[in-house]
Formats: sequence, structure tokens, C-alpha cells
Amino acid sequence: MIRVESLSVSFGRVQAVREVPFHVAPGEAFGLVGESGSGKSTVLGAIAGLIQDWSGTISVAGQPQGRRRDKAFHKRLQMVFQDPYGALHPRHVVDRIVGEPAAIHGLDEVGARVEKALGEVGLGPAFRYRYPHQLSGGQRQRVAIARALILEPEILLLDEPTSALDVSVQAEVLNLLARLRAERGLTYILVSHDLAVIAHMCDRLAVMRDGRVVEEMGVEELRAGAPREAYTRRLLAASRGYDRAAAEGFESTT
Amino acid sequence: MSAQALLAVEDLRVSFATATGVVEAVRGVSFTMGRERLGIVGESGSGKSMTGRAILGLVPPPGRVDARRLEFDGIDLTAAGSKRRRALRGRRIAMILQDPNYSLNPVITAGRQIAEAYRGLSRAAARERALGMLEAVRVPDPERVLRAYPHELSGGMAQRVMIAMMLAPGPDLLIADEPTSALDVSVRVQVLAILDDLVGRGRMGLILISHDLGLVASFCDRVLVMYDGRIVESCRASELESARHPYTRGLLAARPRIDGPGGELPVLDRDPAWRDAPGVCGAP
Repeated sequence: MIRVESLSVSFGRVQAVREVPFHVAPGEAFGLVGESGSGKSTVLGAIAGLIQDWSGTISVAGQPQGRRRDKAFHKRLQMVFQDPYGALHPRHVVDRIVGEPAAIHGLDEVGARVEKALGEVGLGPAFRYRYPHQLSGGQRQRVAIARALILEPEILLLDEPTSALDVSVQAEVLNLLARLRAERGLTYILVSHDLAVIAHMCDRLAVMRDGRVVEEMGVEELRAGAPREAYTRRLLAASRGYDRAAAEGFESTT
Repeated sequence: MSAQALLAVEDLRVSFATATGVVEAVRGVSFTMGRERLGIVGESGSGKSMTGRAILGLVPPPGRVDARRLEFDGIDLTAAGSKRRRALRGRRIAMILQDPNYSLNPVITAGRQIAEAYRGLSRAAARERALGMLEAVRVPDPERVLRAYPHELSGGMAQRVMIAMMLAPGPDLLIADEPTSALDVSVRVQVLAILDDLVGRGRMGLILISHDLGLVASFCDRVLVMYDGRIVESCRASELESARHPYTRGLLAARPRIDGPGGELPVLDRDPAWRDAPGVCGAP
């Protein structure tokens, strides 16, 4: 569904992404893990067409992509961002926020589509006329997901979709995303710094560091605690909680 | 135990008068602690940060703090005036906040911010001590960091500067409010190792406020779980995984796990009765 080959992105002199390759099969959930500055979100931005200065090959549904993306591309691929507080227009009501992509694409019966999209993320029609500040963090992220769904895309790019949320709310949003994928056969690329979230949601994952893919593996290998690379093993140890030995491991390399 | 307790809190309440009535953020919190690592966990709005701020006397107006007893090292904080509180704050009770970018002064070098703790000393002596503090928090190339402005430092380095600054006066109690949530996992374990070194030998009490159950369970000695302004459970950190309160158990179950079974995550079902039911205690 998505094929990326030797993708590189530079911002001035800084090379944020270096020669990254991966491919994602239709209906698959692919995870990108890494720490801040590893380039994982930049990869998503390049695929979505938000970043234009990239080189390499990006092809989506068999079509090689150029700098600019057309409407048909965005109907197929939508993105959900990390911060549900920043991603929703504060002066627009939910109805307008969710309906905007449908209006841009000139679809009919926008109102009915909005109601349907909200229903799918578990928000009743009463939410249509509320402003973002009247919603909780979890509800806002549901609105952002509804906005991504209204065009009935095949691919969702998810950039840290739950890292701003409490554990109990995160569980609800992750369940929602898993259910939507199962019901609609969606393809996901999920970016996260949290190995547990990736392990829970994805089939395969790539570990990024300093703009490169350090290791790519199936989620079973991660679950078995058997990554090949020392860096991945240290991330795994660190994500299991505080451990003196894990701290020493990082000390020696950073 | 209560005779030598470093901090004793009894029936602590923090309330805010709003246009629609009084909102209680903290509703009757009681605990005592010694020179140990105490974790306070809970979700946003549980009152965990307000509890920390109330101990420091930093609840913003129009917040109101009431307590039957609020005693730090034998000093009655409820009776202490603002001058007395100010003398304690920083010197004997210090606080580390989540985001070093907002807590450090952007136009003063790291070295001068740390050296503020040594006002009585000569400039050279204060600088020497600040350098020593940076070495203690394992900053590589402390000479450079001493001269650096906060924007020239990475998040992990800035948080180390923050810790150095707060620990410089040698406080007896350190309140760390989500000290590592803005940091990457690899930096997080290093910052925790530093806190572990500085606090771990019974010289200081530490209150670690966090939403991360795994972190608190692995780092602290004892844990208080807060829900809706109250402590619903207290237990030894090593026993958190076998917690008894349905809220704590719900939180533990809602976490995705690397070696978990996958499938649907159990969603927390909030019982209105938790609001006022008495808290549960693990083995003391």
C-alpha cells in the first residue's frame, strides 16, 4: 500500500531523515518508534505531503508521489496529530471542523456524513455544536479521528495519537483505532515513542535513530524481547520502568 | 514514626471558589513520610500536583488551603507566615517541575542560576560550588554548561541543570512533579539515576508526582494513588502490581503492554462510589 525507498529529508544543513526504506502492506499496521529528533514524524510529514523537500521514492497505492498531492490522494490518506488541543480550530464548532474535509472535496450531504463520522468514534450528535474547549482531551482526539474518517480514507497516518492522554483515555482511543482498522480494513502507520503502544497496535515496526532505520522487525520479536540491535534492547529495557542497569547502558553510549 | 516524620499531612484540602460554587481539588489527604521516596500517582485532575503545591505553599489564588495538620520537620506550616514559608521554600523544601524550558530563566546562564543558591559566598566560590553541582548531576563538560543559556541546552541537560539548582541548597524534601515526562526514555532513566543517587541514601525525602504507574512502582519505596482529590490506595511500591482498589487495578489493566495479549484493552469503569469510599491500604 505504501512503499518508501531511500527517503531523505533535510532542513537546511540538518539531515533529519537519511535513506529510509520500508513498505506497508494493505490492511497492515506499521509502527515507527524512536526518540525525539529521530526523524519519525518527519517521515510521516513527507508521506502526507506536508514536507516538500524530500528525495527518494514515496509511492502510495502503487502511484509514485511527487512534491504536490492532489485531492484524490488526500481522500485516500488522512493524518491524525499528536496534540488534540492544537489540531482543532478553537473558534470552530465540531460540526465545521469535522465537515471541512467533506466540504473541500465537494461531497454532498455533509451534515449526514458528520453525524456518521462522529457516531463511529462514539460521539453523539449533541457534540456537533460544541467548541473544542468544551471537550476533554479524549473527546478532542475522537473529533480529530472523525475528521480523518469523514473522507473514508484507506490509510491513516497517526502521529503519537495518544501521548497527550491519560492511561484510561489512551486505552479507549487505542481500542477505537483497533476497531476501526478491523472493520474497515484500514492501513496504519503509527508513530510513537512508546514501545508498548506500538507492540499493542502494530504488526511490524521500524526503530529509528538519528534519521536512520536501525532495525525493522515483526512485533513477535519485540514481544519476545529479542531485538537484534543493542539500541533497541536498551529502549525496551528503559520502557519497562526504572532500572539501574538500563541507566548505565545508556550512559556508556550517549 | 510520627515523632521523627519529615512531613506530616492530615486532612489537607485545597478549594477554589468559582462562579458556579466551590470546587475542591484536594479533599482530605493525609499521609506522613520520612526520608524516603514516596510516589503520588493519578490521572490529570486527581489533585496530585495541587497536593505538592499546597505543601510548598504555592497554590495560586483564589485557591484556599486548609489542613488539620501540615507539619514539616516539626514546623507547623499552617501557622507559619509567608516570610517563614519563603525561608523554607527552596532552602529546605525544593521542587522540580515537568518542563525545564518553562522553569529556567531564559536570559540568565545556567551557572548563575545555580549559583543563586550560594548568595553568601564570593562569586568565585559560588561558581566553584555550582560547577560541583553540575558534576554531581553528571553533566558532561560542566564548564560549557555553566556558561550556557537554557536554550542552548537539550531537554535532558536543562532538566539536570534544574535538578542541580534545586539540590544546591541541600534541601531536606524534594517535590518532583512529573520530572521526566518531557524527556525521552533514555534520558529519563539517566535523570532518575541521578535522583536515585542524590536521594537514595536517606539524606532527603522525595515526593515523586507522576501519572506513570510503571515508573513510580520501579523507582519509589511507597506509593499513594489519588483519585478525585483523595488517596484511594496506599501501598509499598513493590506491591503496586497487586493493588486492591478497583481504580488502581483499572489503571494497571488499561496500560498496553509489550508482552501483553493484544486485543481490546480493558477500559476503566468509574464507580461514583469511589469518590467518597474510604481508601484501601496495602501491607504497611
